[in-house]
Amino acid sequence: MNNKERLELAHWVASQSKKAGADDASVTITFSRDVNVDHRDRKVDQLTESTQNSLSLSIYLGGRFSNHTTCDLRRDTLVGFIDQAVAMTRYLTPDPDRVITDIKYCQGIEQRDLKMLDPAYGSVTAEQRVRFARECEEAVRAAASDVVSCTGNYSDSYNESVKVLTNGFEGEKSSTSFSAYAEVTLQDGNGVRVDDYEEGGGLFLREIPLPEFLGRRAVERTQSKFGQIKIASGTYDMIVANRSGSRMIGGITGALSGQAVYRKSSFLIDKLEQKMFSEKLTIIDDPFVESGFGSSLYDGDGMSAHRRVMVEKGVPKAYYIDWFHSCKLKMEPTTGGNSNLIYEYGTMSLDDLIKQAKKAILVTGFVGGNSNGTTGDFSYGVFGYYVEDGKIVHPVNEMNVSGNFITLWSNLVEMGNDPYLVSANRRPSIYFKDVSFAGL
Amino acid sequence: MGLMTRRKFVTLGAQGIVLATIPGFLRFNPTAAFARPSEGPDKLAEYYAHFGVDEAMINELIATGLSHGGDYCDVYFQHSIGTNTVLEDDKVSRAFTSVDLGVGIRVLKGDQTGYSFTEEITPVSMKLAAQTAANIATSGSGTAPAGFKYRPTPDYYSIQVPWEDLTVDKKIPVLQKLNEKMAALDTRLVRRRVTFSDSTSYVLVATSDGRVVCDYQPLTSLGASCTAEQNGRRESCGSAASGRRGLEYYTEELIDRLARDAVADTIRMFDAVKPEAGEMPVVLGAGHSGILLHEAIGHGMEADCNRRNESIFADKIGKPVARDIVTIVDDGTNPNLRGSINVDDEANESQRTVLVENGILKTYMHDLISSKHYGLAPTGNGRRQSFRFNPLPRMRNTYMLNGPHTREEVIASVKKGLYCKSFTNGQVLIGPGDFTFYVQSGSLIEDGKLTAPVKDVNIIGNGPQVLEKITMVANDFAMSDGTWMCGKGGQSAPVTLGQPTVLVSSITVGGVS
Repeated sequence: MNNKERLELAHWVASQSKKAGADDASVTITFSRDVNVDHRDRKVDQLTESTQNSLSLSIYLGGRFSNHTTCDLRRDTLVGFIDQAVAMTRYLTPDPDRVITDIKYCQGIEQRDLKMLDPAYGSVTAEQRVRFARECEEAVRAAASDVVSCTGNYSDSYNESVKVLTNGFEGEKSSTSFSAYAEVTLQDGNGVRVDDYEEGGGLFLREIPLPEFLGRRAVERTQSKFGQIKIASGTYDMIVANRSGSRMIGGITGALSGQAVYRKSSFLIDKLEQKMFSEKLTIIDDPFVESGFGSSLYDGDGMSAHRRVMVEKGVPKAYYIDWFHSCKLKMEPTTGGNSNLIYEYGTMSLDDLIKQAKKAILVTGFVGGNSNGTTGDFSYGVFGYYVEDGKIVHPVNEMNVSGNFITLWSNLVEMGNDPYLVSANRRPSIYFKDVSFAGL
Repeated sequence: MGLMTRRKFVTLGAQGIVLATIPGFLRFNPTAAFARPSEGPDKLAEYYAHFGVDEAMINELIATGLSHGGDYCDVYFQHSIGTNTVLEDDKVSRAFTSVDLGVGIRVLKGDQTGYSFTEEITPVSMKLAAQTAANIATSGSGTAPAGFKYRPTPDYYSIQVPWEDLTVDKKIPVLQKLNEKMAALDTRLVRRRVTFSDSTSYVLVATSDGRVVCDYQPLTSLGASCTAEQNGRRESCGSAASGRRGLEYYTEELIDRLARDAVADTIRMFDAVKPEAGEMPVVLGAGHSGILLHEAIGHGMEADCNRRNESIFADKIGKPVARDIVTIVDDGTNPNLRGSINVDDEANESQRTVLVENGILKTYMHDLISSKHYGLAPTGNGRRQSFRFNPLPRMRNTYMLNGPHTREEVIASVKKGLYCKSFTNGQVLIGPGDFTFYVQSGSLIEDGKLTAPVKDVNIIGNGPQVLEKITMVANDFAMSDGTWMCGKGGQSAPVTLGQPTVLVSSITVGGVS
């Protein structure tokens, strides 16, 4: 089935749903083909290949809402699926805010090529996939002589989807993605096992780094953890390396969720247009980044995508409000969740940030922990490095960082110049002052 | 997008996958009841009919899987159906269902794995998937089994009425009752939500060594959450219960308890303080604290990471890892628990596996690949999220047995420390053994007594070191009935955990300095 046939099927499902009694319906049909190769002990450890189909049907009926998914796209079985979906919806209690997206928000979709599809996808062979995974493993072995365990990985994915709403919206998209990583476990002089990895990839095959780079960086990252220790509890500056920064950002984007605002479980309720964080913090939600992991011309409600400043110089400017919560909150909808996050980047690299620090912990990974969206309190396990007078002194582990997101982001000193591109969230390395760490 | 899937963690709550679906839906035989699986050969015949396959088809599929020289092949048919129903603003105005059906085909060559699956149970699609999985082997040819021997399974989770036979109107009163009870408990509540989920999974596994099993796996959970306002401040918390159970699980008593816990835990947060940062004695309350075992030792005892020498426990079998008051088991046979399984996803018998006996490390948790590697019998820990995934050694219900102390003795022994009651999630790094768990609610301990409430604190320790620091174990064992979802290798699996009240003499508490 191609997207044209999928669109035809989606229209058929939508109209069948109305025939069965729905006021409105929204239909999304997706297809994906995924291949994953793990290479270890100098042979293919695991080779997984699959294709998947999924149909998601949302029914609106007299203020009632239900959503149903199936992987069986045959029309004869879909008839029963639709009838039962509608029948089940009738049991629910009406809520007048449960209506299909107002068409005016679905109009004016930008017509542009987001460059999501790599034409090279079709020419990648099974042998090339295995070879890349093997070369990642070999690169690790070339960079370290005493490997306890290592894996080279290659994976790629091809995705197509269509969306049809009975309000008149119709959309389709296609994308590819490619990724690879090298992962290694080594033992330090005391027999302590440490592991780390290096990853890379993007929507285009050419974005995968060379295996030699992945293998060497995985080994360097792992070796730099030899001799990890826990240090005294206290207040330190905190530098979060770009690869690990999403949890710190997530504290804010989570609180900007319209759903959290409606549920009164956000610490940013009634805080738009107020200075809440350091003026060094500007967050932009940009769905139009070319070849961005989060790029899209429309969202889950079929609303047309827009570039939005979410936080400007420390001032929250907008919530993520999907169609349903816009009805609940009586606020204009924006979109239900983030697309690509970009920032006002600073001028310093991670090395420059380290040079600024008198006494800091450079965090390169989080372990567990959680946050309380209602209050903004957080507490996370961390590992990384102790930094003194601008230099890394030794690796640390088994430490914990605690605080409140409002205080933390008010204590933002510097955003780095190094966006992490292997993610829709292109956060840079970040420098915070006066953060509470627990250790000894 | 995270490219790495090697994280190992456990989490509570609704973010776990919901395999939900259509009430009363039966794809191949919409009129015939599949409701009361019989036992013996009839049961197998019903499962064959359910998936529209027969022994000859499966035999051919396995022959195709082995056609390039693989030494083992198994096929895993699964049909999952479930629903998720939500009450918000006093109304059940939302419901979600999903149907999932497919077959996964795995071929092993030594410890190498070829895997493919298809959502179309047709001879053509299944053959194509088998050919794909077969490619892990590159030379030789294989033969299909001469026939399959049906293995009856025990029934650790019988329920009164299968979930797919219950329409949503039978569940709505449960949600409403829980909502009303919460509302009646405190006027400071400004938002309340209740979620009800149930799922059913029909599974048929056949292997190239001639075994065939089938299983019916129900799973349900009910959760309450609320936000309260007081003097311009807001706090949120919740409660939940889960098991492989039927609608009869949701008694007045259980609904009462969920309402009371959700409201009380929310209100007490207004008075909560943060403990000091640093190492201190920590008392882990009976029940949910079993998260300690899941993270500190459980993942590290899964045999795949030991086979690869990645785990800190890789060279510790037969050695003391804790005081002799500590015995830890991983058990798939407990009646109606979330992590119980009648049979694992590789057709191996479920069992009660002793991991640590009187302080001595006894055995890892094995799947087929690792048990072959170690030359041991499988322990029934081969589990997978669905037909889309290959099995891995996974925990089931992991818990610590009672010890010699009383809860009061344990708490009284601490001059200054922390008491932990409920948790949301945890994670472990397999290599160094560092793990964390997040305390949702607890109390300070001052001079042997529980004092101010505490919330939102992460605790971080090192698995083997913390096991050695378990210095007291009480006799008040409790199992957690929380909605625990364990994540590993990009796959999730329902589990549970439990333990008596335990003292860890020193561990790092992520308080404030």
